[in-house]
Amino acid sequence: MDDKSRRRVRTLRESHVNLSHGSGGKAMRDLIEDVFVAAFDNPQLAAMEDQAVFPFAELALHGDRLAFTTDTFVVDPLFFAGGDIGTLAVAGTVNDLAMSGARPLYLSCAMVLEEGLSIEVLRRVVASMQRTAQLAGVTIVTGDTKVVERGAADKLFINTAGVGVVPAGVSISAANARVGDAVIINGTLGDHGTAILIARNQLGVSCDVASDCQPLAGLVAAMLAACPDIHCLRDATRGGVATVLNEFAESSNVAIRIDEDALPLREEVRGACEILGLDPLYLANEGKLIAIVPGEHASAVLAAMRAHPAGECAAIIGEVCAAPAGTVVLNTCFGGQRIVDMLVGEQLPRIC
Amino acid sequence: MKYVDEFRDPGKALALSREIHALTATIARAKRQPLQIMEVCGGHTHSIFRYGVTQFLPDEIEFVHGPGCPVCVLPMGRVDDCVALAERPEVIFTTFGDAMRVPGSKKSLLKAKADGADVRMVYSPLDALALARQNPEREVIFFGLGFETTMPSTAMTVLQADAQNVSNFSLFCNHITIIPTIKAILDEPDLRLDGFLGPGHVSMVIGSAAYDFIARDYGKPITIAGFEPLDVLQSVWMVVKQIAEGRAQVENQYARVVPRDGNKVALAAVAEVFELREFFEWRGLGSIAHSGVRVRERYAAFDAERKFALPNLRIADPQSCQCGEVLKGQLKPQQCKIFGTACTPQTPLGALMVSTEGACAAFYNYGRIDTSGLSASKATKEDQHGR
Amino acid sequence: MCLGIPGQIVEIVEGVDAAGKLAIVDVGGVRREVNIAFIVDKEHTVADCVGDWVLVHVGFAMVRIDEGEAAATLALLREMGEYQTEIDSMQTSAAGNPA
Repeated sequence: MDDKSRRRVRTLRESHVNLSHGSGGKAMRDLIEDVFVAAFDNPQLAAMEDQAVFPFAELALHGDRLAFTTDTFVVDPLFFAGGDIGTLAVAGTVNDLAMSGARPLYLSCAMVLEEGLSIEVLRRVVASMQRTAQLAGVTIVTGDTKVVERGAADKLFINTAGVGVVPAGVSISAANARVGDAVIINGTLGDHGTAILIARNQLGVSCDVASDCQPLAGLVAAMLAACPDIHCLRDATRGGVATVLNEFAESSNVAIRIDEDALPLREEVRGACEILGLDPLYLANEGKLIAIVPGEHASAVLAAMRAHPAGECAAIIGEVCAAPAGTVVLNTCFGGQRIVDMLVGEQLPRIC
Repeated sequence: MKYVDEFRDPGKALALSREIHALTATIARAKRQPLQIMEVCGGHTHSIFRYGVTQFLPDEIEFVHGPGCPVCVLPMGRVDDCVALAERPEVIFTTFGDAMRVPGSKKSLLKAKADGADVRMVYSPLDALALARQNPEREVIFFGLGFETTMPSTAMTVLQADAQNVSNFSLFCNHITIIPTIKAILDEPDLRLDGFLGPGHVSMVIGSAAYDFIARDYGKPITIAGFEPLDVLQSVWMVVKQIAEGRAQVENQYARVVPRDGNKVALAAVAEVFELREFFEWRGLGSIAHSGVRVRERYAAFDAERKFALPNLRIADPQSCQCGEVLKGQLKPQQCKIFGTACTPQTPLGALMVSTEGACAAFYNYGRIDTSGLSASKATKEDQHGR
Repeated sequence: MCLGIPGQIVEIVEGVDAAGKLAIVDVGGVRREVNIAFIVDKEHTVADCVGDWVLVHVGFAMVRIDEGEAAATLALLREMGEYQTEIDSMQTSAAGNPA
């Protein structure tokens, strides 16, 4: 890619974002070309048209239905152990596409920048986006930039929309869980939530836990290769694993029973939960999915997951039962049982 | 994790469960009506529901979930005072996380924060003091609440503020004491409790001797209990054993943490900073004499109640709430008229629905369970509430 | 009512004001600064606290956990389990005997 320098005709001289970078004029053009086009580096974007255009025939190679999604990313702080807002913005949308079984192909990137944001910070975020996009096999083909006055936004907000193609025959829905299905997770719970808690440093606790933020499209492809008949798939982001399981139980009108002992959990995440009175089932993840698969294919899917870097710690955590329908029940580590409900409001540390 | 995992061992739970079943079978009166054991402390309530401890007990034993959740029993008027303090422009109002959701008559601290008040969650009162040092131009108020467990920590923080001359730090003191409250419950004319699980972490501060009157004057057995599920189960076994043998004594299951005389350094700090109030208002229980403390005159400079004008209004509990009856064991959470309908964790009306340590919220979140359709059950008994 | 969690003191925080008596406690790999004033006296100095298992509550070490008492509690529970296993095996063998 030594032709990069040739294309970088415009360079940005300012060290911080100012209102002229969103004005539509020359300064904005400098910002877009020097920061976004240079980093994302693809012919679609480099054409500098108002839209990306792709032929149907190319899409149809991958399947027979289009998947389309959007998500907006705000996080404080912008950088944390294991990732940053850029990693999140790409992985989040890629994962939303992948949870339909789709192969993610193209992303858009719209940014709201606060006046005064350091260009250096912006470059780091954009570099993370490109790194994550390459990892996920997607291209960022179109975008938009707005600058708002200082105080009107918190540093940097990103919206990404994504397009993917669902392979023929794949039918994944939260309403597809059947009695006897196995419930599988691709790794440890609550790493992202804990990493953010630590990064905010509000409660004075520290430990070595990195966010699990990662694209899951490759993992999902490997899972579908092992079992095309995956019933449900969802990434357990805000609201955690408990929320996804409740959504499945409700949509499919089944009970989901999980074993506390089977839940993969890092020692540090457990420690943070004990000290702050939090429940890891409700902590956010950014690279974890819950799959519900026919019981007879569970071991094949599990093996495929464990063979993939994003699923090395995958585990079967429970099964789908008939009753009580719409409910998630946990067999506790102590041998008792309890309900795992949807989260009410924000999970607040229980201290006294 | 040491001192945690070994006390969550399901193998040992089964042995205890069988002992409890066998012992209970020897108690004649348990056949007429179930034995009622009150766990005074909300931490126990949480453990009981969190781990499904009731599923290891025979039908003849019932838990009555006591008043020991400081977040739950805080009256609306005090929450209104918090909101009034938090909404002053010069104030940074600091609080433990779980107190933020408690509803006042108009709003909670969470809502006040959304409306623009500078409300910050802290892990420790010392973090609030540090915030005061970092923001000398602001007034930092720490919302002190909790029983004797938490009192020494806020007392020590006030002593440090005094020693370091941090004049922009103050404490909004809502600390309450457990003994007068247990006594008030024991004095209820229609009380039928058969025994108590004593609050383990309060006891590590005040010691086990403080409960002697329960056994001596009221003839009720009490076992001071730890918070892991095996601790709770073993403590139930100890109480049932006392009942079976016709004894009423103060026993200590949590000896690894609770010394007989408590923590002298901690008690000295409490005595230095706090004095008893004539009475304190409890949500669901009304006014109880000598059940709260306030900051002594000597430390008035650090007392938010003296430093700022407070509305200090008494707001009656919502009429439909039956928290009082639940707290006294006369009703189970799900028997309250508005449980799960008008009163849910999302829109709590009653005190006990506020924190997951409250009986109603714990039951709502963890306990509404009918497991008859589940194929693989590890539990010895399936439905814990005899529904 | 009061969340307390066992942790081990791994180091004393030097250089802060002496009244602070601060230490770092480790709970399952998570570290937090705690005040140790309540567990320090003439017999057990600040330096002695390193390695102590303590109960942590709102940023304070409230008490040193008594290892002997913890072991005694667990031993009692273990015996109870063994006793029952013994009874079970006696019953099983009695039931298994040809009548």
